[in-house]
Amino acid sequence: MTTAQTRSFPKAGALHAWLRARWRGLVLPAAAILAWWALARLDWVSTPLLVSPGKVLDTAASQISSGRLWRALSASLAREFTGFAIGTTLGLVLGALLGLLPLFNRIVGPSFNTFKQISLFAWIPLISVWFGLGDVAKVTFLSLAALVPVVVNTCDGIRSTPTTLLEVARVFGYTRWQTLLHVVLPAAAPSIFTGVYLALIYSWLATIGAEYLLVAGHGIGNTLIEGSEHFQMDLVIFGMFVIGLVGWSMNALARALERRLARHRYGAA
Amino acid sequence: MSGNTLSAPFPSTHHRATRPPLALLRSAGNRLLPWLLPLSLLALWQLGASRGWISPQVLPSPHFVWLTLQDLYSSGDLWLNVQASMQRVLVGFAAGSLLGLALGAAMGLWRPLEAYILPTFNALVQIPVLAWLPFVLLLVGIGEPLKYILIAKAALVPVTLNTLQGFRQTPASLLEVARVYGYTRRQQVLEVVLPHALPTLFTGLRLGFTKAWLSLVVVELVASSEGLGYLIVYGRQLFQLDLVMAAVIVVGAIGYAIDKLLDVAEARAGGGQAATRLGTASTGVHA
Repeated sequence: MTTAQTRSFPKAGALHAWLRARWRGLVLPAAAILAWWALARLDWVSTPLLVSPGKVLDTAASQISSGRLWRALSASLAREFTGFAIGTTLGLVLGALLGLLPLFNRIVGPSFNTFKQISLFAWIPLISVWFGLGDVAKVTFLSLAALVPVVVNTCDGIRSTPTTLLEVARVFGYTRWQTLLHVVLPAAAPSIFTGVYLALIYSWLATIGAEYLLVAGHGIGNTLIEGSEHFQMDLVIFGMFVIGLVGWSMNALARALERRLARHRYGAA
Repeated sequence: MSGNTLSAPFPSTHHRATRPPLALLRSAGNRLLPWLLPLSLLALWQLGASRGWISPQVLPSPHFVWLTLQDLYSSGDLWLNVQASMQRVLVGFAAGSLLGLALGAAMGLWRPLEAYILPTFNALVQIPVLAWLPFVLLLVGIGEPLKYILIAKAALVPVTLNTLQGFRQTPASLLEVARVYGYTRRQQVLEVVLPHALPTLFTGLRLGFTKAWLSLVVVELVASSEGLGYLIVYGRQLFQLDLVMAAVIVVGAIGYAIDKLLDVAEARAGGGQAATRLGTASTGVHA
């Protein structure tokens, strides 16, 4: 009977299967929300900080319908993708140079390793002096955040090309360019992808950080600060939810892309 | 070193010197090369400052930064702020990692618990420390508990996930052998699962400390009245960039020292295998 049901209602069947596998994961959030709602409803503790789930939903609705969420989110995302693009491009170039040129690596490598030890956020005060508090400063900071993982993983990926493959390429008389294109790049691709994926996540974290520490303009981080300054717990919770959701979506997107690329690679091989 | 050169896609065109004097010269050159970039940058910086190319309001001279660093040290301010920061990071890390070890072990040993907790955990992990900050700030105020909670949260995540993974990666064959020998559940955990999980566990603790240190700086930048992060903010507010740079250098130096220390500790604890794997993977650039 179950199979017949699944056949006639494929979507409902999928949901059913998903619920069967995952229902236990929903218990804790459901219980937490119920407890939260009850606590807010029963008036045991009277503090303006304990807002009801309904109030948070109201805030969410008003933020969405007034377009304020969209303005903040689009400003944040525009900065994040600009910084991500700049940082990743520079990181790919620097990482490739470090990986391909031993002499360059010996000169620049140790300095870079020391540089990346310094907590990224410690640069913000200096960046704010050099570039102000506006978008230039923020994008500079985001590029820096995206740059580091890309450099490390690109260099790593290139350097860990199997020696046997390189020897085969040499035996076949590949030119440098051919070796690079057909041997080194495919071997380094997974590592490079990991770097880009990390850069996406790091630059999102840095976006929030930049909005916090270089307070000027709009952004989802500013929404949070506003909520915090006006003791609006509902706004804070809504902001946290949006930030978490964006982070999660980026994660999911990168993972899906990675799976797709991997399948493509193995399919071709 | 030679192994690294060989594994590079395009080995450098110079070949191994056959004559000892030349080899000696080359090894000396190799040792000096890493200093070329930082030293020339430093020289350029000092030159630019002393010639007046760069305004001291934009970039104070290295000499000035060094003087400020000495001043911080001799006045005792440095020690005071380092102490405040260290206390925060240690308390937060201890709380977060203990909780993480317990949570990870519990989920690792008891699968139903993982099914109940892990999805919620994963969802909460998506929210970065900085987004938790206003929430926790409203709940507990701007005092020390705020810093402890946020640093603990930062350490908790990698410790929990690595502990869980460590407990899960016991080879099935070993567990079977243990079962054949009639090990009790307790013996299985203590003598088979735990030793196997140890290297991964240490990786988690190490990552946890790195995250804790990073969050400390962030939290102190946003909300504190002492500590290394505060020193940076304070210097920025007064437009004393020498102070900012000195504090950044101290933050970097301590972070670097802790990282090296944990490297050694991890190599001791996890055995040579794990250490070499991480040693090459984490830097990718030979020292």
